[in-house]
Amino acid sequence: MTGLSLTTIGLGHYLALSAALMLIGTVGVLTRRNVVVILMSVELILNAVNINLIAFSKHLGQLHGQVFAIFVIAVAVAEAAVGLGILIALYRNKGTVNADEVDLLKW
Amino acid sequence: MGNFYTSTDHFALMPALVLALFGCAGLFFRRISGVAMLLAGELFTGIALWRQLQAGTINAFNGGLVIDGLGLFFNFLFVAAAAITGLISYRYLDIEDEHHPEFYGLLMLAQCGMFFLATGTDLVTLFTGLELMSVTFYVLVGFLRESRRSNEAALKYLLLGAFSSGILAYGLSLFYGLTGTTKLAPMAQALAAIDVTHPAVLLALITTAAGLFFKISAAPFHMWAPDVYEGAPTPVTAYLSVASKAAAFALLLRLFLGPLAPLRDSWQPVVTVVAILSLTIGNLAAVTQSNIKRLLAYSSISHAGYILLGIAAGNETGLRGALLYTLVYTLMNLGAFLVLVAMRRQNLPGETLEDFSGLMRRSPVYAVLMLLFLLSLAGIPPTAGFVAKAYLFLALVEAHQYVLAVIGTVYVAVSLYYYFRIVRAMFAGDAKPEAPLAISWGIGVSTVFTALATLGLGLWPEPLFQWVKGVTR
Repeated sequence: MTGLSLTTIGLGHYLALSAALMLIGTVGVLTRRNVVVILMSVELILNAVNINLIAFSKHLGQLHGQVFAIFVIAVAVAEAAVGLGILIALYRNKGTVNADEVDLLKW
Repeated sequence: MGNFYTSTDHFALMPALVLALFGCAGLFFRRISGVAMLLAGELFTGIALWRQLQAGTINAFNGGLVIDGLGLFFNFLFVAAAAITGLISYRYLDIEDEHHPEFYGLLMLAQCGMFFLATGTDLVTLFTGLELMSVTFYVLVGFLRESRRSNEAALKYLLLGAFSSGILAYGLSLFYGLTGTTKLAPMAQALAAIDVTHPAVLLALITTAAGLFFKISAAPFHMWAPDVYEGAPTPVTAYLSVASKAAAFALLLRLFLGPLAPLRDSWQPVVTVVAILSLTIGNLAAVTQSNIKRLLAYSSISHAGYILLGIAAGNETGLRGALLYTLVYTLMNLGAFLVLVAMRRQNLPGETLEDFSGLMRRSPVYAVLMLLFLLSLAGIPPTAGFVAKAYLFLALVEAHQYVLAVIGTVYVAVSLYYYFRIVRAMFAGDAKPEAPLAISWGIGVSTVFTALATLGLGLWPEPLFQWVKGVTR
């Protein structure tokens, strides 16, 4: 008696999750005004990429995608480190982390 | 598997190894020893590239890296751009009082990333190279720590750059999933075999293209360029506007003419529209600018449009024209920025149109040189800029794209207007009693080089034609 039919979680679910993360990240970058939140949104986008890569890698039964994902993680860390460094320099000179108040140069 | 790291791999990787080594060592040197370190690094990189040029096409790292004519063409261009940037930075950093040891090392590390962009044939290599270049540039743009403008420019570049890298990486991950490989050659075969109108393919293409257009600052992805160019230290702006743009073009060519060639029907209209938009927005927005760095930023957007026209033409001549234009643009744009760097003096930014007023009476040599570079940027004979534009228009006519050729020519006229606003200020404006230009030996040497190249390639372009022909064969 198998009343329950468990749908297996397949490639499509991972791609949907990654597309959703990508969308949330993009909306975050475009609408949020706090620079730290924008940086977090960029991290969401890069993690969407990672989920894509790992899901494809598993689906195709190869390692290439996982290697790519490790590089993406390293790149994301470097970007976050440099980003926060620049943000600290700006905060010292200006005293704000709000993107709307960063207005010396025309956007 | 077998050989993990063969002598061929080592030979192919040599320029990058030299750059990484000298770049890391350069992080500890400043002022004149930093410049010496950079020049030594560029010399050895040049030698390594020259030996590769003699050896012909090399495939290394199981198809992860290829040393071919195209890659070497771009790499020689990067060597010239980095060496000139190093030479002109010394006096500028003195005046800004920001002589930190990292500057020259970072220039070389950014160039190391560019090497992989021009020679990589694997998505992982290309993406890592792109990020090595971009992250280094975020730091360089914000190098003037005490300047709020520099901080802001760095922040804007970082936020938009990281965002676009994310979009590009998403596109690349989809291409990996669609084709099951990260290497460009098998990817081209796989993409030729599948239905190219599938939504997933189009989504991958759109995200990849958007990321690439952002990196070359083509409209409508250009919003960052004027702000970043204005706020960054002028030598970094010069480097950013030529080398990083050329490297992004190398990546664009590798992807669009390699694995994405089967999708040509999908991306060709997009490239055409983006080229026309870049020409329009770049040229029309430049007309109203009074800050020269901003003006040159908009003009560089329009130059990106011209290079894209060559790719939009879709024939061999168009590709050659795009390469030719990239090289000539590098020389003439560096030249214009050289004069701008010399204009920066103690207590005088020297970036606005008024600062150029009466330059002819104060320093005639640099006024005439600036005239030469501006004529070349506008595309007036007998300069190299004319040859490059003529070659591009020839390609468009050959491809029967007459409308594009006409649009390109019309915008030459528009660009004449804003370039000649600077010329009029220099030659007809009133001379103000100001400090003489800050000319160091480095600026002198670089100006002579760029001016001779701009004029020489205009009068005698044959060797360049031969080189570009050899590259695209």
